[in-house]
Amino acid sequence: MSTPPVIQVTNLVKTYKMGEVEVHALNGVSFEIFKGEIVAIIGPSGSGKSTLMNILGCLDLPTSGNYFLDGEKVSGLSDARLASIRNRKVGFIFQSFNLLSRSTALDNVSLPLRYAGIARPHARAKAALESVGLGERIGHKPSELSGGQQQRVAIARALVNQPSILLADEPTGNLDSRSGKEIMELILSLNKERGVTVIIVTHDPNIAAQTQRTLRVKDGLLEEVTG
Amino acid sequence: MNFGQQIMEALVSLTSNKLRSGLTILGIVIGVAAVIAMLAVGRGAQNSIDAQIQSMGSNLFFLNSGARNVRNPKPLTLQDAEAMMNPDLAPSVLNVVPTIQGRLEAVYASTSYSTQVIGTTPGYADLRTLSVADGEFISDGTVTNKSAVAVLGKDVVDNLFPGTSDIVGQTIRLGGQPFKVIGVLASKGGSSFGSQDDMIIVPLTTAQLRLLRRNPANRVDQIMVQAVSKETVTKAIEETSQILRDRHKTRVGQDDFTVMNMSEILSAASSITSIFTIFLGGIAGISLLVGGIGIMNIMFVTVTERTREIGLRKALGARKIDILIQFLLESATLSLIGGLIGIVVAWGISTLVGRIAAANNTPITPEIGIDAILMATLFSAAIGLFFGIYPSSRAANLEPVEALRSE
Repeated sequence: MSTPPVIQVTNLVKTYKMGEVEVHALNGVSFEIFKGEIVAIIGPSGSGKSTLMNILGCLDLPTSGNYFLDGEKVSGLSDARLASIRNRKVGFIFQSFNLLSRSTALDNVSLPLRYAGIARPHARAKAALESVGLGERIGHKPSELSGGQQQRVAIARALVNQPSILLADEPTGNLDSRSGKEIMELILSLNKERGVTVIIVTHDPNIAAQTQRTLRVKDGLLEEVTG
Repeated sequence: MNFGQQIMEALVSLTSNKLRSGLTILGIVIGVAAVIAMLAVGRGAQNSIDAQIQSMGSNLFFLNSGARNVRNPKPLTLQDAEAMMNPDLAPSVLNVVPTIQGRLEAVYASTSYSTQVIGTTPGYADLRTLSVADGEFISDGTVTNKSAVAVLGKDVVDNLFPGTSDIVGQTIRLGGQPFKVIGVLASKGGSSFGSQDDMIIVPLTTAQLRLLRRNPANRVDQIMVQAVSKETVTKAIEETSQILRDRHKTRVGQDDFTVMNMSEILSAASSITSIFTIFLGGIAGISLLVGGIGIMNIMFVTVTERTREIGLRKALGARKIDILIQFLLESATLSLIGGLIGIVVAWGISTLVGRIAAANNTPITPEIGIDAILMATLFSAAIGLFFGIYPSSRAANLEPVEALRSE
């Protein structure tokens, strides 16, 4: 490949101390993800899948090993720098949406822009909501929206800062099958039409099957790479 | 994130739980109101005591017979007082008023009333700033003639002559002897030194002769001296003391009389009220402290409740400082609102205290100073910040992974 990878992970190790016992959540994981790819990370619970996702999302730092995101070395950065990278380079989509219940859809989507220091974020936030098909509902609060609509708001929020990667953790886990299907279609189309790099963490093989590539985590190791 | 947006978010978050915010604010309201009201009432009391003492004249001093470690002091006499009126020996003295006083039973018809009887000279009215509402005050003539006349204070009138208007010219009995009422004093209201209306004034000589007999007969209880001005009080004390030393032939350094200076009483009273004010303010300060702890408590609850939100905000790019400021603003807003309401409540309390005091004849005008308002506002905001720091920094230091995992 001529272009450098968006994500480059080499020999990633994460160890937790639970009292006296050391738990090896990740035991030396290496892989690369390129721009425009859509990749699934699957694995049973306790496999280290969540730990890997947290590190990829810059929410947590590895014990050892290197992680380059968009050419920037993430391992060993300060809290403030990590916050800035999360803000600019990572878009999160959570299983439980994680919207602020007191705020409108528009304000929820504006939040990352505000943390980026943008004074008047509403125009961009509105555009992001329109791009996920919610242009009519920008003034609604999460409680006034269906599950599928709430997840669309979350996707708009994840995209609004034009991040390098979109990190989705079980994005359809809390949705009925029809809404889940719609959300998957939206994510796939974002990848196909706008070239967004997407990483989906899931345990659902049906969802993994819709991606180009699947990374399987087991016992802290990347067991198998299917492409 | 800019500051305006931060404040808006703080307000939205506080209004989303109105009851809780309201109760927390109440704690601060009580604290701030108590502090300001106590200081205001204290200052009002101080002013009122100052004014009362000023109205009695800060250029006054009193001479009493006797002193510590002096045996057989010579009594003060009417002649001593007259000697002090000598302008050559005592140029700084404006007025000298000897008095004798005692409690006696006053009787009119079948009513009797026990009151303070003061035998004195006409100058007494000036010295105590008394004015006559009806009739006239005792004159030099009545003193010289040892006339059986009396001037009544308002309390005496109210008790002896309930519902009667024509009092001047009536005859009352004092100590069993008939006295003609020649005047009624205008009410002066109460003071910290007791009611100034509860007294009967008779000519000094009459009192010495018939009501309050002293040994020797020309003896007086006290001599009140008024200096020409406030500045000459010290000089006047020196002059009158010298006259007494000469007349009493006392040895140097062994005065057989005591001088009580009004301005000394004034400063003693001031220091008592200021101690009182500090004491009240201190107690009120404790309630402000308790209010602050209330804020801290509620902020901990808020942080715990919103752990997941904090995690989310961090995932979206909030730095520690952003979270810290967010929660500090919430607690500062709570306490600032509490402080502002507290000022209004304090104003209400002060007005009420003023009314109650006025209704009880002790005029206190509580005074809310700008400094007290400023202090309370800043102090309440500072309390919000201070007690907000610990919960807020706990929020700011949450690990995003842990925070997002919480339910």
